[in-house]
Amino acid sequence: MGFTFAQKVLARKAGLDQVVPGQIVTVRPDRLLTHDNTAAIAREFAKIGVQRLADPAMSVIILDHVVPAASETYAREHQETRRFASAQGITAFYELGEGICHQVLPEKGHVWPGALIVGSDSHTTTHGAFGAFAVGIGRTEAAAVMATGEIWLRVPESLRIVVNGALPPRVSAKDVILRIIGDLGADGADYRSVEFDGQTVRDMSIAGRMVLCNMAAEMGAKNGVVLPDDKTRQWLAGRLPLPLGEGEEIYPDADAAYERVIEYDVTALAPQVARPHRVDNVVEVTAVAGTRIDQALIGTCTNGRLEDLEAAAEILRGHHIAPGVRLLVLPASREVLLAALHAGLIADLVSAGATLLNPGCGPCLGAHQGCMAPGEVTISTANRNFKGRMGCKEAEIYLASPATVAASALTGMITDPRAI
Amino acid sequence: MQTVITGRVWKYGDDVNTDVIFPGKYTYSISNPQEMALHALEDLDPDFARNVRPGDIIVAGRNFGCGSSREQAVTCLKAAGVAAIVAKSFARIYFRNCINQGLAIVQCDAADSVESGEELTVDFAAGTVTTPRGEHRFPSLSPEVMDILEAGGLIPYVQKKLQIGQKGDAPAPAA
Ligand code: SF4
Repeated sequence: MGFTFAQKVLARKAGLDQVVPGQIVTVRPDRLLTHDNTAAIAREFAKIGVQRLADPAMSVIILDHVVPAASETYAREHQETRRFASAQGITAFYELGEGICHQVLPEKGHVWPGALIVGSDSHTTTHGAFGAFAVGIGRTEAAAVMATGEIWLRVPESLRIVVNGALPPRVSAKDVILRIIGDLGADGADYRSVEFDGQTVRDMSIAGRMVLCNMAAEMGAKNGVVLPDDKTRQWLAGRLPLPLGEGEEIYPDADAAYERVIEYDVTALAPQVARPHRVDNVVEVTAVAGTRIDQALIGTCTNGRLEDLEAAAEILRGHHIAPGVRLLVLPASREVLLAALHAGLIADLVSAGATLLNPGCGPCLGAHQGCMAPGEVTISTANRNFKGRMGCKEAEIYLASPATVAASALTGMITDPRAI
Repeated sequence: MQTVITGRVWKYGDDVNTDVIFPGKYTYSISNPQEMALHALEDLDPDFARNVRPGDIIVAGRNFGCGSSREQAVTCLKAAGVAAIVAKSFARIYFRNCINQGLAIVQCDAADSVESGEELTVDFAAGTVTTPRGEHRFPSLSPEVMDILEAGGLIPYVQKKLQIGQKGDAPAPAA
């Protein structure tokens, strides 16, 4: 019997010939990602009593969650983070404005096929889109990784999700993953490694693959992965500090043991929407079409990339959003913002009535920009719609693709983008 | 770690997520654990923070702690005095965060036979949870994980490990 992607990466990183699901291994991550929570992690690190990081080159810090600082409290956290990075000699420190950590990490060459990435953020799974093994961890363990350079991981069982068929117009990776989460449930992949494969996934852009791996976290997955191919290599070319070594890309064996193999044919997939307050409360857009909205949001680490802004602009160009609706657009990174500016997409969106926010997490976690009031409804391209997520527990959040969100902003109610 | 814990139950359902355990809007603005405790479970059960007593036990359904990796969702319950969480299953980062903070967690179906306000007993040595209407067995944790819990959490565990290392092959501090 052969080995899964997770088994192969973890065996290699642990220096073992082979590992089995359930086994605990101690491994040295290639990168440790932290964001605005670095200040809190630095305080945990200080408690351990070690003076210096075991490996400053492992750490990547990106300020993105509440940027620019919304109050003195946030400003102090950012200040503490900057001081910690400089005192510890962490060179991979990215100032606010660069963008969301999960977009900036690969853009700046910190993700590669076969890499082991841990991050103090649940959506660290995103980096599996490049063939890396990327998992979210907590703050205390991030501090422990700083002190020791190591972490324990349980070797996960694996699910293989095979997606085939050409996606219909205005149906995208977001609709695919919402459908999968709707079917498997919020704990459908708990502790599991999820390998996404099939022609649809091979045909997807890197951005689309990032959507799949990002939202794997919403079904409880430890990691999600799309195996590397020429698209991956082209995307990474010129970004990695060193060319990828021979044999660094890791592929599962053809006879690997999966707990389950799940197959999808998306030829007739309709746009999908997750209703409040659960990500797995998924229906076809037609089931909620007509629901009045107050706010529409295009951005976040799920759908704030160039092709997402393109999908929105394609619908909104030359039109204006409905009266009484706020449309917030936040590109995932400075690189995305610049590309969108050059392509004229920002002009299209702002002319259509969008409010442009700076690259970052923005309204996604309810800590500043775009907070909601009781009774309000937002349709968002983000990955979570939990009660209170956008700052108000009496507000409702629907999750959908950029096309569906743009179409909804245009009409003021949840709208099937295929009907526009 | 205490081997037998008896406490009063607060019972919740499936998929209790970290946003309702500790709202995102406080994640960077509150850093004192006692203050965190005042907001514990705020968006799910406002009575909890007002009435929780040290030694109480949370009992829940599947996928407890899903969502964000925010560790405050463990810290706030620990600071509120919660002695253990007994759930049908845990989300993986939450599971790790509990171990790393030294908060006892038990995976079993006790939620099927106990109600809020009743008493429940966890016997870690015997691997049993006893409720007014039944007894449930739970699997033991792996030895690696038990080592961390027994040390009182990851920080004391790492301290211990590094000191042992210092006698011989301590990791060289970066220059
Ligand atoms: S955009 Fe939202 S989900 Fe993504 S890292 Fe930021 S807060 Fe988390």
